[in-house]
Amino acid sequence: MNRIDIRFASLKQQNRKALIPFITAGDPSREMTVPLLHALVAAGADVLELGVPFSDPMADGPTIQRASERALKLGVSLRSVLDMVAEFRKQDTTTPVVLMGYGNPIEAMGWAAFAQRAALVGVDGVLTVDFPPEESHDAFEHLQRHNIAPIFLLAPTTKESRIAQVAKLARGYVYYVSLKGVTGSGSIDLSAIEEKMPQLRKHIKLPIGVGFGIRDASTAKAVAALCDGVVVGSRIVQEIEDSNAQNVLENVGRLVKELSVAIR
Amino acid sequence: MSYNYPDLSGHFGQFGGTYMAETLIPAVEELAAQYAHYQHDAEFKAELAYELKHYVGRPSPIYHAKRLSQHLGGAQIYLKREDLNHTGAHKINSAMGQALLAKRMGKKRVIAETGAGMHGVATATVAARFGMECIVYMGAEDIHRQAQNVFRMKLLGATVVPVESGSKTLKDACNEAIRDWVTNVESTFYIFGTAAGPHPYPMMVRDFQSIVGTEAKIQMPEMVGRQPDILLACVGGGSNAIGLFYPYIDVPNVRMIGVEAGGYGIASGKHAAPLTANAKVGVLHGNKVNLMQDENGQIIETHSISAGLDYPGVGPEHCLLKDIGRAEYVAINDDEAIAAFDALCRFEGIIPALESSHALAHAMKIAPTMSKDKVLLVNLSGRGDKDMQTVAKVKGITL
Repeated sequence: MNRIDIRFASLKQQNRKALIPFITAGDPSREMTVPLLHALVAAGADVLELGVPFSDPMADGPTIQRASERALKLGVSLRSVLDMVAEFRKQDTTTPVVLMGYGNPIEAMGWAAFAQRAALVGVDGVLTVDFPPEESHDAFEHLQRHNIAPIFLLAPTTKESRIAQVAKLARGYVYYVSLKGVTGSGSIDLSAIEEKMPQLRKHIKLPIGVGFGIRDASTAKAVAALCDGVVVGSRIVQEIEDSNAQNVLENVGRLVKELSVAIR
Repeated sequence: MSYNYPDLSGHFGQFGGTYMAETLIPAVEELAAQYAHYQHDAEFKAELAYELKHYVGRPSPIYHAKRLSQHLGGAQIYLKREDLNHTGAHKINSAMGQALLAKRMGKKRVIAETGAGMHGVATATVAARFGMECIVYMGAEDIHRQAQNVFRMKLLGATVVPVESGSKTLKDACNEAIRDWVTNVESTFYIFGTAAGPHPYPMMVRDFQSIVGTEAKIQMPEMVGRQPDILLACVGGGSNAIGLFYPYIDVPNVRMIGVEAGGYGIASGKHAAPLTANAKVGVLHGNKVNLMQDENGQIIETHSISAGLDYPGVGPEHCLLKDIGRAEYVAINDDEAIAAFDALCRFEGIIPALESSHALAHAMKIAPTMSKDKVLLVNLSGRGDKDMQTVAKVKGITL
């Protein structure tokens, strides 16, 4: 059991769905990330996804691309993201933190060194968008050794045989990408999610989070009814971009509160 | 045959693989399966052969650059004239193969990334030839450098989308094409420009480009009575180089030299030569390769005077060939490439692409150190018409 399992177990007991907000580490500034994480939790976040900025975010739309660029301009690296998690853990020892990003910054640090440091600072899960299960054997070993959950994506295009394969390897929760496209694009097709869910549930015994294309409280509520957790990324990152240093915590807090109330 | 790469999962030793977002995994798996089928399909092979002969104009000749060789006073330089292909570069060899595959897979929309614009032009050309919708992603920086090719693509009916993110060059165009593919995966075939990316692209593009080496292997004995001593080709992603090299891998005593873009010099850090600079292995655009990156694993901006070589990675098979010592990799700086460009214009009446000028420059460097009976075969991968603006600027001339 790690914090992710404990959190989902407790949500299940209360018959509640998880709100999983995403922000990019180092956006809008290095100093603001930890206060933002605390603000997300205060507003009702159950699991936190913290984006590790990467120079070539191929699976992200313009909003998260810009957030990555802002963070990289400030010199934010994987090491500094881990330091931010350490800082966050000084005050919050229970909310699960999942690092989300691309594999190369971890490859550069080395999976062994990364997993060791990540476990030490209190990271609970790692999602690398461009490392499918086929290419993740080494990564796994190191993550598992330190009780860090490898989080996998499933997509509308994923075939049933692959769902079964991912089910064997995944820990924590599985992230179902609700549309074909990059983050922040398109609009969600609820009936398609509803149709896919039984096939996912047949193989996946872990909680299933759904994300991509969730922009408002009513959509969040509708999606939550179909799964175990709702991931909201671009909409929150957009709010950060539209705010200033004075009102960003308040604005993001208000938005996340709306979402968390809606899915209760 | 002892050399047998990639393995079934698309790995060239530790390199290559399928590092893609989940949404695209079924698409590359389907592509691998379809290619595995059609590469042995008699009708597919016959149609490709027909198009290459009657539309592309193959086989491309080999030309003995006698005056240039005489001037250098050493080894004889021969040129494989890929610049004489329809559209003016080797890119059409693979674009044609992929378009025929797209047609069989029922895809009516093709997308491509392009750096210098030659792959974009080749893709726009085959799309027009087969009546497919064509979208080409091109870095905003490259659009300025290669305005003429942009116009060519538009004339051919393609939509050229400027990419404003990152360094606004080839790698960013590639990111954007991948974003398009993930959004339109069911309707769209991604015609990839080089022998890199997720499996099966490095293998498939290599196979389609291998026509270059396969022809040379027949042509050289006809011309000089034997195979060349050294093959030379420029390497960005490395598709023209692997096309020439691959059929020769098992031929003993044929050296292979891949020539990367040295930009302002390896020591300056402003180059596009991951193999020569021993760049750390990393993951980008679907494969694990030697990759120009900082200590935090962020991809760094590259520089080359030639847009087609201005890329931080390199195809996985070149990484392997370097690792096992079968091929050597060197870098040629911007100014050396320009000097070679000038020399070929003046001595042979051939205006080469700046990309190909890199390979030529290295041949010109080593030829004088070798005896006159030695034979160098340079892949003249493209023609230089597209580079007029760039070369004029270097010379301080406004057109």
